[in-house]
Amino acid sequence: MENSVTDTLKPAPATPLQPRRRAILIGAAQGIGAALAKKLADEGYTLALVDRNPERLNKVCVDINANGQSAVPYPHDVTDYESVPSTLRRIVADLGGLDLFVYVAGVIHFPALDEYNFEQDHKMVEVNLLGAMAWMSQVAPMFQNAKRGQIVGVSSVAGDRGRIGNPGYNTSKAGLTTYLEALRNRLTRHGVNVITIKPGMVKTEMLALPGAPRPMFAVTPEQAANEIAKAIRKHQQVVYVSGLWRWIMLVIRHIPSVIFRRMSF
Amino acid sequence: MNNTFTQLENFGHSLKTACYRLQPKTNEEIHEVFQLAKKQGLTVTARGAGRSYNDASLNGGGIVMDLTGMNRILEWDPATGVVRGEPGVTLSQLWQKVLPDGWWPPVVSGTMTTTLGGCLAANVHGKNNYRVGPIGEHVVEFTALLPTGAEVTCSPQKNADLFYSMIGGYGMLGIFTSVTLQMKKVESGLLEVHAMPSHTLKEQLQQIEDGAPNYDYIVGWLDCITVGHGQVHAANYLHEGEDPEPKKTLQLSYQNLPSRLFGVMPKAWLHYFMTPFVNNVGWWGVNHAKYITSLRTHTFRQSHAAFHFLLDYVPDFERSYGRGGLIEYQSFLPKETALQAWTEMLNLSVKMGLPSYLGVTKRHRPDKFLLTHANDGFSLAQDFKVTDGNRKRLSEMLQEYDKIVLANGGRFYFVKNSETTAETTLKFYGEETVEKFKKLKKRCDPNGLLESDLYRRIFG
Repeated sequence: MENSVTDTLKPAPATPLQPRRRAILIGAAQGIGAALAKKLADEGYTLALVDRNPERLNKVCVDINANGQSAVPYPHDVTDYESVPSTLRRIVADLGGLDLFVYVAGVIHFPALDEYNFEQDHKMVEVNLLGAMAWMSQVAPMFQNAKRGQIVGVSSVAGDRGRIGNPGYNTSKAGLTTYLEALRNRLTRHGVNVITIKPGMVKTEMLALPGAPRPMFAVTPEQAANEIAKAIRKHQQVVYVSGLWRWIMLVIRHIPSVIFRRMSF
Repeated sequence: MNNTFTQLENFGHSLKTACYRLQPKTNEEIHEVFQLAKKQGLTVTARGAGRSYNDASLNGGGIVMDLTGMNRILEWDPATGVVRGEPGVTLSQLWQKVLPDGWWPPVVSGTMTTTLGGCLAANVHGKNNYRVGPIGEHVVEFTALLPTGAEVTCSPQKNADLFYSMIGGYGMLGIFTSVTLQMKKVESGLLEVHAMPSHTLKEQLQQIEDGAPNYDYIVGWLDCITVGHGQVHAANYLHEGEDPEPKKTLQLSYQNLPSRLFGVMPKAWLHYFMTPFVNNVGWWGVNHAKYITSLRTHTFRQSHAAFHFLLDYVPDFERSYGRGGLIEYQSFLPKETALQAWTEMLNLSVKMGLPSYLGVTKRHRPDKFLLTHANDGFSLAQDFKVTDGNRKRLSEMLQEYDKIVLANGGRFYFVKNSETTAETTLKFYGEETVEKFKKLKKRCDPNGLLESDLYRRIFG
């Protein structure tokens, strides 16, 4: 992480009259992450943006800094688990603290109905679940000791049930949802809030991938970012994006297996 | 060594900052902290009792070296009054050690919870600054560990450049490992205190100016809501024979502040009862009540602890300021311009509806320390309540304050002021002083390991 850009952008320390909220956003170079970065910058957060794609990440930072707001790029691949502690330490030292941690990074592969692709499943679990666990297992004790902070994980409605269409993705997101719930149960008593975001469909590059389903009740990344920012402001716990999916998933979660296993989605 | 990532606050609870807190107990462990910091690319700040009102003992995201565990009094000689202690020794420990033998610390802060290391790093002053200078002038010698690993011994004769810059250097050059101080001989556990009212700021400054030569201590309370109302307390040590029972008054039991109010209510609860009054209207009432009761000129005898440690009267008084906490703004002005500058500042705060709830005036004289805050004049310390609603306006007002103070040749003090910028700092210290300090910093700390939020703010 010998990045000279970050040194020059190191934000000034907070003072009682110039308070500073600091956030880390993982997976900030595109889609929901990029939109959320802009939204949080608008709300006054000083941001450390993390992504594996340095060029796109730099662009997001340049856009935000051009508005007089503060975002610093930290190129990092979430599957590089060993480098997480040192990257986190470096970021927190640069930011001068941490108030919010957001994990948006996620990958998807849409398999055919008869396709079993361990390589892709492995990748999805690595990025969607293990990457989140690698970061959150470092951030959680920090927030627990500091007795404040919020952790946000962007999971998916896909984690609510195992569907015929995408066993690997469902599993990675179900794991993330459960991990976040467990974190919430551990951390709430220490004054730390954990938010699970469950987007339904968001018009990002994911939906442009081959095999992607037709958009249904889809929202733009900006709308999703607004909802997530609201959840952070209001210290909510489980938030569907958009809210309509709460009711859709309520129904789907209650479909008995005897019927569900005969359905075609 | 215990290493936890934890949230630390300043004295006013106006800043909450997460840092890695390490608690070394020996010189070797301090050295280990430096090694660890270097290895992990982090910076280090020393912290004692955490009684600074700003960011002096905070290091957001970095290491805070908590030295309160190094709190042994190493040597005490009741014959000469020379005491040597570790940096975490508190003033409370110190006076309780020396008073029964007839000595008192020559300079004390407004609370006795501060540590020797912190007092030296900030070069604290008392209500007797115009007479005896800051605490640094009573340091016989200190030892310190530099980030380079070098151990240095400094006194006014030996390593004088470091002596005059590390004292008042806010812990940015090295870490004090032991402090040798000369105590002041006292004949009694009591002081004779004269209380007199003042009705205008001009009158108060005149009273302090006229009274200073005649008293060992002098301090004024100023009502900043109804500007001008105030009271001056001036005190003298008792000479031999003036106290009929010195043996009794020098005992600790005679000095200790009562822990209960009216013998019943624990004082630890008191700040909850104050909270409803800490607003413009409530405090106007409190100040008026205080002013009316202080209209009588009178003389009384008071124990040293009761006279000096006003901030300890209400334990956790700073909690009564609410969630946003409080900040303090202390300006030091030459005696020629003080009245004019403060009149302008106080009028501005009344006009903006952001009055200070406590104003304290003192008399000062210059000293030889590199980053000195004192000049030949007065200081006015003001407390401001911080709320989510007033941050922006308060910030604007204090920027105006800074301009007024600079225009009148004033100075600031960095255990108090939390908003002073690097630009303002450069202006009042002068480029030469800042250059000199940075040069020393390079020599003592070539890798820039010692950094606090304060350092980044004022020298960043």
